[in-house]
Amino acid sequence: MNQGSGIQDAIVVNSLVKRFGSFTAVKGISFSVKAGEIFGLLGPNGAGKTTTISMMTTVLSHTSGTIKLFGVDALAAKDSARQMIGIVFQDPSLDDELTAWENLDFHARLYGVKEGKKEIIEKVLRLVELQDKADRQVKTFSGGMKRRLEIARGFIHHPKVLFLDEPTLGLDPQTRRNIWDYITKLNREQGLTIILTTHYLEEADSLCNRIAIIDHGKIIKSGTPDELKRSLGGDVVRIGVGRKTELMRLLKGKPFIISVKESDEGLEISAKDGSKAIPMITRIADTKGISISYATVKRPSLEDVFIHLTGRNIREEGADRESSWKKFRGR
Amino acid sequence: MTGTIDAVYTIWLREMKRFLKSKSRMVGSGGQPLIWLAIVGVGLGAAFALKVNGSVPYLTFVSPGLIGMTILFSSIFAGVSVIWDRQFGFLKEILVAPVSRLSIVLGKIAGSSTIAVMTALLILVVVIVFGIVPIASLSVLGIIELLIFMLLTSATFVAMGLIIAALINNIESFQVLINFLVMPLFFLSGALFPISGALPIWLDALSHIDPLFYAIDGMRASLIHFSTYPLIVDMAVTIICAVIFITIATALFSRIEGK
Repeated sequence: MNQGSGIQDAIVVNSLVKRFGSFTAVKGISFSVKAGEIFGLLGPNGAGKTTTISMMTTVLSHTSGTIKLFGVDALAAKDSARQMIGIVFQDPSLDDELTAWENLDFHARLYGVKEGKKEIIEKVLRLVELQDKADRQVKTFSGGMKRRLEIARGFIHHPKVLFLDEPTLGLDPQTRRNIWDYITKLNREQGLTIILTTHYLEEADSLCNRIAIIDHGKIIKSGTPDELKRSLGGDVVRIGVGRKTELMRLLKGKPFIISVKESDEGLEISAKDGSKAIPMITRIADTKGISISYATVKRPSLEDVFIHLTGRNIREEGADRESSWKKFRGR
Repeated sequence: MTGTIDAVYTIWLREMKRFLKSKSRMVGSGGQPLIWLAIVGVGLGAAFALKVNGSVPYLTFVSPGLIGMTILFSSIFAGVSVIWDRQFGFLKEILVAPVSRLSIVLGKIAGSSTIAVMTALLILVVVIVFGIVPIASLSVLGIIELLIFMLLTSATFVAMGLIIAALINNIESFQVLINFLVMPLFFLSGALFPISGALPIWLDALSHIDPLFYAIDGMRASLIHFSTYPLIVDMAVTIICAVIFITIATALFSRIEGK
């Protein structure tokens, strides 16, 4: 939406590197986010998303590189940067013993919000529909309520940039939809720049103006969701087949095929025109007696782009690394 | 500057709210030193029928020591709140706030010191009510001096607890290390027996590197006018210790990371 070149850069990250001992988690990432944009950082778990966000939010020190927030060096002038950003962390960060109101009041005080503090807290509580629960201890809240409270807290001090690290992980679809509604509303009404990571690619697709896909500590592709999808160059044809390698060899180099990859159940083929490709593929398979159990064709989704670029399914990879409840909820 | 004061107040306020919501903590912090006073003070006093320096009854002698002990125990364990905050993720919320790391340290100190000093005042009231510390020896100046010693001692040991919490991130290691520190700090402090020329030289030397020794000596000077060193010496050493430990704690908090 806000793609014009006249718009100010909210964030400019340049050659950012983070090493933990001999392991390099982030290997020289560069990207920029325009003011008012919703920018998605996508990648399998362990790709370096949270590490990148942690450095951008001054939680983690960096090894080398620069981060500028509205022209301010976020790595040097930490307190100025901190005042500009709101954060919803991947893991909970509320004081369970305090009430919802007390948590928000603590935040407002630390960020020097004085004028109209009461009204602001009431407003953000209404926005996430927790106004009736203001005086309840946070430990009595459900996971979804806690998340909403954290989001409300994230923009109490009128940040210019809101960082959301997996804000909907582990939430039910209804709550997820509500949370994205609040977030887009904030973006639309207040021009808030938003950087988010998520496992839900459909959500990233519909929400983000631009996306960067990270894997192994590097950005491997970035652009608008449409650009990314177009980059695959055609439709995605999935076929179920047992003799994958054999068929793959037969298909390679055929003019109607852009690329072929093995998937769990068969082959994933990128073709210029999917519906015409299927009969041709079947014919080739028939000549060698290879049986095809099914064939589907679809316009590429962000998920296809992701699988194409990383060779992995975002959620499967996530499930390996997350604890079991997250795996369960994340699906 | 106003930002720093606001931040200190905010962090103090949270500590107070958490303390007031936990009845077990309130009972525990008040009850423990009273039990010490009853058992150790009365028990040892009776066993030895001791007059320290020929004139001071043991229970009177040990009262400032128990005030110091209360402050030591209550303060140094306060570092555990940082470890809890880290485990529950709340530490990140504090660390990403646009406030100086010094104000975070001072806020934690203010919160824990309030609780420690209130508990110690409870002991003071008890020893005065029971006539253990004669009213005749009290003066307004003496009480003010005592309060200053209490606050400085508390600040020193909260900072020490914060230093350990900043270096260690699991509860078990923290508790082991604190227990390992608390015993020598306490027994070398002269809380229970006078540190005088009668002790072997090594014990005497060790006592002299214990910050609590000067703190309790100063409390004794201000409360019962009996001390090893002049009050001004004790006060100077206690201030220096507080400044050193707060500086180290602030430096470590500036380097602390969210994960």
